[in-house]
Amino acid sequence: MKRVYVNYERCIGCRHCEIACAIEHSNSKNILSFIYEEPVPKSFIKIETHSFGYTYPINCRHCELPLCMNVCPMHAIRKEDETVLVDPDLCIGCGMCAMACPFGMITISETHIKRKVAIKCDGCKERKHVGKVPACVEACKTKALVYESLDEYEEKKRKRLICGIEEPLKQKLPEEILTWKEYLKELNSLL
Amino acid sequence: MKHEKTLDTQAIPLIKRAQEQGITTAWERYEKQLPQCGYGQLGICCTLCALGPCRIDPFGESPQRGVCGADRDTIVARNLLQMLAAGAAAHSDHGREVVEVAFKTAQGKAEKYKITDSEKLKRVAKEYGIKLEDKKEADLLKELCISMMEEFGTIKEELQFLKRAPKKRLEIWQNLDVIPRGIDREIVEAMHRVHMGVDNHYTSILLHGIRTAIADGWGGSMIATEMSDILFGTPSIKETEVGLSTLKEDEVNIVLHGHNPVLSEQIVMAAEDKEILELAKQKGANGINIVGMCCTGNEILMRQGIPIAGNMLNQELAIITGAVEAMVVDYQCIFPSLSEIAKCFHTKIITTSEKAKFNGAIHYQFHPENAYEVAKQIVKVAVENFPNRKKDRVLIPDRPQRLMAGFSVETILSALGGSVKPIVEAITSGKIKGAVGIVGCNNPKIKHDYGHITLAKELIKRDVLVVVTGCSAIACAKEGLLTPEAASLAGDGLRSVIEALKIPPVLHMGSCVDCSRILVLLAAIANEIGVDISDLPVAGAAPEWYSQKAVSIGSYFVASGVFTVLGVAPRIFGSKKVTELLAEKLEEVLKAKFAVEPDPVKAAALIMDHINSKRKSLGI
Repeated sequence: MKRVYVNYERCIGCRHCEIACAIEHSNSKNILSFIYEEPVPKSFIKIETHSFGYTYPINCRHCELPLCMNVCPMHAIRKEDETVLVDPDLCIGCGMCAMACPFGMITISETHIKRKVAIKCDGCKERKHVGKVPACVEACKTKALVYESLDEYEEKKRKRLICGIEEPLKQKLPEEILTWKEYLKELNSLL
Repeated sequence: MKHEKTLDTQAIPLIKRAQEQGITTAWERYEKQLPQCGYGQLGICCTLCALGPCRIDPFGESPQRGVCGADRDTIVARNLLQMLAAGAAAHSDHGREVVEVAFKTAQGKAEKYKITDSEKLKRVAKEYGIKLEDKKEADLLKELCISMMEEFGTIKEELQFLKRAPKKRLEIWQNLDVIPRGIDREIVEAMHRVHMGVDNHYTSILLHGIRTAIADGWGGSMIATEMSDILFGTPSIKETEVGLSTLKEDEVNIVLHGHNPVLSEQIVMAAEDKEILELAKQKGANGINIVGMCCTGNEILMRQGIPIAGNMLNQELAIITGAVEAMVVDYQCIFPSLSEIAKCFHTKIITTSEKAKFNGAIHYQFHPENAYEVAKQIVKVAVENFPNRKKDRVLIPDRPQRLMAGFSVETILSALGGSVKPIVEAITSGKIKGAVGIVGCNNPKIKHDYGHITLAKELIKRDVLVVVTGCSAIACAKEGLLTPEAASLAGDGLRSVIEALKIPPVLHMGSCVDCSRILVLLAAIANEIGVDISDLPVAGAAPEWYSQKAVSIGSYFVASGVFTVLGVAPRIFGSKKVTELLAEKLEEVLKAKFAVEPDPVKAAALIMDHINSKRKSLGI
């Protein structure tokens, strides 16, 4: 079963995933018009920045034991096809799920329903039905976001590890990236 | 941020006030921008044409080329050249405007502009091959203006002021084929080269960048400096105060911000008009207090001894004091946020250049023909705004710092007795190990003024003479480094020289276009010893640069043979080849290169290594 996994060292903070997610979950699904919709569509994947200027994508993990689902008093959250989904019709917008989520990936907001309910990543189920990968994965050009099974993800890591068994994993990154990250670190240490 | 954003003690209470009152400044806007896009930071995002926008995968996977086929080296180089061209264009327009005003002055059509330095007019005219005999000054000026105007176009093969450079340096430029033909011409060609499908080779692109930069330093900027000296006077030693505390509780405060002295000189004069001073008294003010900010502030500081309120990151804070009746601006480095912040206070933002308009500002168009009339109108607007100042909202810091400025090349030579020989002797004997020009702007990426001040202190304590311009000069001034008393921070050798001459260890040479003064001084010293500028134990640094102009200035220093250390990285790391060219290979052809080092202490170490190796090669 595939999930969106993150290769953290590949994120360079362009935030293209955030835009693609918002477009995907808009009415018009069009980059030229989505920002004029009311309410303005939101992204369900977030890029957070570390003080060094390093960037990290954070997304809904569609947990095996979803704490959000367990805590919902209206049973508005369910697991379907390995995806954790909120039913906006049942949601009362109490925010318990948002508090329970260890990743901070739920927000209470207006959608096209015009009532403030809990909204979160829906696993791009419409895209999956037609054989497409989630919008964030498609948007990520550095392969920081990948859509694969955990077994595949872990196997790739193992292969990378043995390829550079003599050197630390860090040095597999291109020199340009290492120079840039060093520079960001130094900038931060001066502040 | 928990830590202080600035070293400027006069700014700290204003930053605090901005946070308390919910007024956003550049620091907050920078935080909100984080993280800044990695493609952009690496320079591998290309937005030049409608085939794009394209980006290169920095990890070596797909895509490695834009739609047109440009690879990372081409994209990074084109982006850099475009930045440089914009910076050179800013200086070119500035120089052109000074010459245009001078031209009108020569024709008697410019109100209250005149020739102040006749001797300099004659010297520069002579350089251009203009005959001096039997000529009225006005006609001499007119001829010089026309000769200078020709420097901007297509008619010349080589810029005039290049002849000031050492012969060896000219040979290097000739061999590299980077001799600039015309100031605007090279800028236009730069814009042509970055058009899709023109210059696709990163070396070729960057060499034209060198050519364009030379056309700035030895062209546009130098013309701006020289003609400003002719019209407004060559700077001589001036002593006054620096910092936001130069604003006054009991006077009308006018902050002059921007770049061109053709505007600021007029406002300074208008503020002395008896009628307007009388009006100020009627409005309850004890006088009119003109203070400068950024480069135009440096211009009127160097020539008129006007106090200077701050540098680039101080501009919003000045308004936040609640004590500014008007901020009068022309162009360059002026934050669009100023009119938003002014709305929170009674301050009026007054624009004067057709090229630089702002939302929420009042526009008084400046023309040389009626410059003085418009200047008086502007000062009146400020005076009439004085009663609107809310006295209980005024927060002016009370720690003024003295400074000494005015070190044009002419003044430095005169202090030395008329020639560069004393500097050469001091350097040869080792009393002074070398000289470094610290220049450039502020940038919230570096703690405000920290880069400039720390580097200056590290160098002077090692007996290196420091010269400064622009925002860097103002930063060092706020720390007290531009006073003779700062000699106590200098090493023994440097101290002995500056104490004898009663000058500071850090010499203020002017505004950013006055970086051309540094070129003239370097050329004079190199010519005295018969070497190239690249043989001298000198270096350049831009510890907190932000602007496109700085890309041009840094490039013309390196092009002229000066090793230059940048505190902020340019957007080049995405291309290893471009980075290597600028940080290593350039030395093979120009005998100088760039380095990137945000930590000023480490930058000082790099510079000292460089200076010591040059001293060794000279055998001193």
